Order: sequence, then structure tokens, then C-alpha cells
Amino acid sequence: MIRYLAGRFAQSCLVLFGVTLLTFFLLFILPADPARMIAGRSATIETVNRIRAELGLDRPVPLQYLQYVARLVRGDLGRSYAQKIEVRDLLLSRLAATAYLMVAGIGFELLLGIPAGVLAALRRGSTADRLIMVGAFAGVSAPQFAVGLLLLYVLAFRWGLFPLGGYGSFAHVILPAFTLGIAGGGWYARMIRSSLVDVLDQDYVRTARGKGLPRGKVVLKHALRNALLPIVSMVGLDIGTFMGGVVVVESVFGWPGIGQLAWQAIQIVDIPVIMGVVIVSALAIMAGNLLADLIYPFLDPRIRYE
Amino acid sequence: MRSRLWVLLLIFPLWLSLVPTAPAQSGGSIVVTFKDDVSTLDPAIGYDWQNWSIIKSIFDGLMDYAPGTTKLVPHLAESYSVSKDGRTYTFKLRKGVKFHNGREVVAQDFKYTLERVLNPKTQSPGAGFYGGIQGAEAFASGKAKEVSGIKVVDKYTLQITLTKPNAAFLHTMALNFAHVVPKEEVEKAGADFGHKPVGTGAFKLKEWVLGQRVVLVRNPDYFIKGRPLVDEIVFQVGVDPNVALLRLQRGEVDILGDGIPPARFVQIMQDPQWRKLVEVGDQLHTGYVTINTRMKPLSDVRVRRAMNMAIDKERIIRIINGRAIPAVQILPPLMTGYDKTYKGYPYDPAGAKKLLAEAGYPNGFSTVLYANNTDPNPRIAQAIQQDLAKIGIKVELKTLAQSTVIEAGGKGEAPLIWSGGMAWIADYPDPNDFYWPILSCASAAPGGWNWAWYCNKELEKLAEEADALVQPGQEAERAERFRKIFRAIMQDAPWIPIFHEKRYTMHSARVGGAKGIFVDPIHIPVHYDEVRVVK
Repeated sequence: MIRYLAGRFAQSCLVLFGVTLLTFFLLFILPADPARMIAGRSATIETVNRIRAELGLDRPVPLQYLQYVARLVRGDLGRSYAQKIEVRDLLLSRLAATAYLMVAGIGFELLLGIPAGVLAALRRGSTADRLIMVGAFAGVSAPQFAVGLLLLYVLAFRWGLFPLGGYGSFAHVILPAFTLGIAGGGWYARMIRSSLVDVLDQDYVRTARGKGLPRGKVVLKHALRNALLPIVSMVGLDIGTFMGGVVVVESVFGWPGIGQLAWQAIQIVDIPVIMGVVIVSALAIMAGNLLADLIYPFLDPRIRYE
Repeated sequence: MRSRLWVLLLIFPLWLSLVPTAPAQSGGSIVVTFKDDVSTLDPAIGYDWQNWSIIKSIFDGLMDYAPGTTKLVPHLAESYSVSKDGRTYTFKLRKGVKFHNGREVVAQDFKYTLERVLNPKTQSPGAGFYGGIQGAEAFASGKAKEVSGIKVVDKYTLQITLTKPNAAFLHTMALNFAHVVPKEEVEKAGADFGHKPVGTGAFKLKEWVLGQRVVLVRNPDYFIKGRPLVDEIVFQVGVDPNVALLRLQRGEVDILGDGIPPARFVQIMQDPQWRKLVEVGDQLHTGYVTINTRMKPLSDVRVRRAMNMAIDKERIIRIINGRAIPAVQILPPLMTGYDKTYKGYPYDPAGAKKLLAEAGYPNGFSTVLYANNTDPNPRIAQAIQQDLAKIGIKVELKTLAQSTVIEAGGKGEAPLIWSGGMAWIADYPDPNDFYWPILSCASAAPGGWNWAWYCNKELEKLAEEADALVQPGQEAERAERFRKIFRAIMQDAPWIPIFHEKRYTMHSARVGGAKGIFVDPIHIPVHYDEVRVVK
């Protein structure tokens, strides 16, 4: 197990290195000049050049990358060009909100997706099955800004059941998390349905039924447990995606997450902030995957890490 | 007798509230929303929609403008004088003005402030405005330890000498970049000064939660008595404009910092209940298409004039729900030098086609139009594309991120650029701000903002002469010079002026203020010092 974890750690470092390398060079291929974005339109060419030198952007790109990595290894993410503040502070200020929304969003995905998927699988071919699958399809395809605004308008503005966006109490997280849950839950429901349908046809399920176990117990204990495996890897992926920021939902609900920060940074080519966000999401994706891999053995004892 | 006085005193506050005319200091707290972050409150650095006016409420400059107008008035300066040669300005400072930390503002503070802006280490986007001060260049390049043209004559007297006369100099003294900062606080906060601002302004920073809100409170020692009019302003960031409007309608928000969302604009303006909460004003804005004068066939002035005649501006204004007036010239109507008699090019596709044929392109040609990819700019670019197609010019659209368009313009790669979404509002209300940074020979350089790459040496000389007319009483003559310059530029047609945008600010019924402060042309978007709670 320790050897396995050590291997994964080494792998992660390598991936992280690759991600930073790729992002860094992509940002420099971009036909946009951060120095000019900072300098504004009234700046003379000398001013722009001085700002460029001050930011170190006049040095060769490979050298700049090495300097970046050298600082990164010491935990220094640099300073935002636009906000003139440590990138670390910017990320930290938004990490809690991002994590909160991630947990709540995944919660709603599971809450909506699993029961719907199970129901559809058990009632295969019925009206309920068809309704659930159409609903799941609609949930997956509906644009999130439209769903979000609609929920806000009806539930918050018209009926006054929830706050009109923002961050703070538990009531604030429900609508954005629900919006995420509708889309993700749709995927989960479809996934659960198809894997549960597969599992229900397996011999061991028939055996369990044959030895007289009640249907509910068979589904929950024997079938669902196996059908959950793909869900675990999807949750692992979602951790990564959500921690990288869910721009649309965050901006509709005014949620101070990492997505809004990333979006603003990209507009003005704020390279240190973009790099910081990329690193956070890369770390989150790796952590999410690792978590999923570590949970597998509990669901399926055949999986072991030696 | 005595006991009666007591009673009177006791009921005094009650009695005050019955007086119908609101007292000067109305107190209370207001909420303003923005979509994007307030990036920094450092006056040397902040240069965006959100922070421009907030910085003006925390800091002050030697000069400012009368609220709601473009009329320049002394502010931290009590008075000023200009030397005969128009190169030296002497400012007498107001005495007793205090920074938020309690220390009095002296002339040395202004010298420090300007040198800080000119120091490349500060990375100030405003440095270019002060390059005309004698010795600024030597200081910025590290050849001198101080700027020789900025002299502290005594504790309350500051003298600034320029390399050549510049009639817009006093405007640059009213820009945020020249707002005075205390050296000791800048040094204490180091690079974080923009998040721990200490100024002289009507408000002080109380709290800043990154990505969520900035809270300002009244500065009780503000040098203008009776200002500000509210006790507290809460700026909430990350709020989608559509949601902000819903919250305003429900009474949770007082001012929509980003304006009325386009999708709801017509509905709001047609509903009397909400329409009365919308204030409309002019701004120093022109939306235009640059025509690259160095690219064939656009280098032919007949082609550029034909393009000017081909655009149906009224139709484009309909695309933005009528939130603008058609532009026939470069300067916006609020600007000195705007020519009321000039009619510009008529909308005349047939005439345009004839002119194109004369230039040798009876069947038109192909070219490329760059535009910002945020709404409504792609739709405006499409309208321009359709109009040009009618006279045979086939336009390929490139709608890209703002930074990419700016880069293409500065490199001279873009034949046509639609200026919308590029933050094009004048920095100060003087016509030379529409000449030097975007239409002068000096700015027609790689990395510059003269995307038409227009250069007319004769006009450059005229503009320099006009800028030398700095004495009081020469304003009319100077305005006439600029009218001439901009009329001549229109003859050369490096731009197609499209429209002058109007500003629409919506506020809650519980706040109010003097006319124009919600659409202040300088304190953009709103003059916070002048906002009051009315009920």
C-alpha cells in the first residue's frame, strides 16, 4: 500500500510538472501581452517596456519558466499582475467557498442521481423509467445559466424561499448546488441505471434471489454495491472539475469560487493567477482520482493495491 | 423653565425627523453591486470600471470636477497659477487637510506621489500622463534620483515645470494617478497598499473580503464639510447583473454598478415604476471603427470615405436598444471642441459605391474586421459587415478576446477594428485625449493604440500649438483649433465614428442625490460622495 501511494505521488509530481509546463508555454503563445493590458491605452511604449521588464517578461520564456518552477517548489505562486496581491492569498480566499460548493454539488448529484437511477433500473421499460431518463437527459443538456436564473427567479425572487445569490449561510448554497446537481445527477442516473441493469442480470443476483433474500436487500446489498463502482470514479472526477471552478454557476449565483477568479484572470492575461488556478485544479483532479481508487477496494474486495 | 428645556432637548431628535427637507448628512448605508472584483484601490494602479470612482472617494487630487459635470475646479489645491511661458504651474495647498491616519497633507506628499507613479517599480498605467514633467524621463529611466520638475517651494506650495506647455495638464492633476498618498503608509503596507489604502478622501476602507465585498465608512474629518452624505457603502462583487437587478427590485441593492442588463433594458424602460429609478446621462465616449491607413486598398482616402458613407448608424443603435446617439465626428458632444455645425458623412450607399468605383474598386474588395467577442460587439460587427457588403466590400469577421484584438491593433495586423468593449472612455474631458493616444503620429507605433495607423504631421503641429494655449482666456481659441484638427481628421477618414453611448444608471428608491451624480462623466460610474439616503 505504501509503495502504491509512493508511486502515485511520484506520478502526480510528474503530471503537475507537465501541466505547469504546458500551461506556461501556451500562455506565451497566446497573442496577448500582459504588460500592455496592465499599462492601459494612455501608456507610452517606454512605460509598457518598463512594466514588462519589471514583471520579468522580457526574459526568454524557458528562463521565466525555470524561475517560476524554482519559486513554486518553495511554495511561492507569485503575485497577481492586476490585483497586486499574492496569488496564494487570492486562491485561499476562494478555496473554502469552492470546496463548500463542491461538496454540496456532489451531494445533490448523488441525492438526485442514485435514487432515480435505481428506480429506473428496477422498473425497466416502465413509464417511470422513461420519465426519469427523459428528465436526466433534460438535466444534462439544459444550459446551467438558464437553469440557475430560472431557479433564482422563481424560488428566490418570486417566492422568496432562498436568498438571491451570494455566499454565507446554508440557505445560500442550496440553489447553486442544486443547479450543479441537476446536470450531474442526470449523468449519474443514466450511469447507475445502465450498470445496475447489467448487474441485475448476473448469476449471483439470481442466486441471491433464489436463496430467498428479499428483493430490496438483494438490490441494496448485492447489486447496488457493484453498480456503484463507476459512480465512485465519476465522483472522483467531479471533485477535480468542481475544484477547478464552475464558472457559470458561480457567476449566476455570485458564489466567490475559483471559477470567477479564473475567468477574470483569463480576460486580462493575469498569468500568475491563471497558473495558480491550473495548479489547484490539477491537484484536485489527482486527489479526486486517488480518492476514488482508494475507495474501490471497499466496494469490490477483488481490487487490491500491492 | 429648566425642566421645559429638558423636554425640548429630549424631543429634539424626533422633531428633526419631522422636518421635510432632508438634512445635509443623511447617514445610512448603501449597497452597490459589481460583477467583477475591485482589483486594487491603489490610486497609482487602479484603472478599471469598478475601482475608478471608489478610489476617488478614498483619495483626493489637487484638482477635481464639480459633481455631475466636466467643470475642472481646485480641490486639495486652494489656488493655482500658470507662468507666462505656460510651462510652470504653482499650486497653493489647502491647509489642515488630513490623511486617514491623522497626519496633515503637505507639498512633499504630492512630490512623493507623482514620483511613485513615474517609478517603473510601481507599474502604474498612468505614468504616461506625467512624462511631460521636466526630468520625468531621466527619473523613470533611473538616471536621476528625483524628478527635477517637481519642486516643493514650502510646506504648502508645490511647483511643477513641464518640458513644453500642455493645456490638459490640470486635467492630469485630477486623474486618480495624481491623488495624494502618504509615504509612511505606502512603505508600511509595501506592495499591499492597494488593499490597505490610506488617503484623504470622504471615505475610509473598513473591510475587504476578497472576492466578496469592500466596505467603506465615512471619514469624519473629511475636508469638505457635510460630505459624504452616507455613513457606509458596501460594494458587493461577483454579482451577476441580472441577479443584481432582481435584488434591487426586492430592495436589497441600491445601485447597479454594471448598469441595467441588456436583456431587461426595454422592459425596465417601459415600466413607469422602474423607469423613474433610471438616470440617463452623457459620457465621454465614441464607438468607432478604425481603418488601417497603411494597408491597401484602405490607404486610399476615397475608399475610407466610401466606407464612412456605407454604415447605417441608426440600425446599429437599435441593436443596443437605442442606448446611444449616432456619431458624425470623433469627439463626443460633452467634449470641448465638439463641432455642433459639422454634419459628417451622410448615410448614402449609392454614393459610397460610386466613390469606390472612382477609387478603382467597382466590385469592392475583401478585408477583415476585428471585434471584441463580448455581447453586443459581435452583433454590431455583423451589422457593419452587412452594411459594407451592400457596397461590395466583403468583410471577414474576427471576434476575439479583448487582449487579442488589442495586440492585433498594436501590431498593425488588423485592417478594421470595432472599438466596442475596449474600455474606450476618455480619461479626462479634454479633446487632446482623443488625439495624442489614438490619432497622433507619436501613437502610430508598434504596441500603440492608434489602430488606424493614422499620421498627419501638419495636424500634429497644430495640436502642439493648441496645447500651448494654456493661459486663462485662451480656451475658446484652443477649442476652435481642435475643431479644425478633428474636422481635418474626418476629411482623412481614418475612423468611422459610429455612436456616442449614453449611460443608464439604476438606483433604488431609497437613495438620491443632486442631478447628474448617478451618471457622473468623471466619477464613473457614480459619484459616491454625493449619494444620499432619502427615505
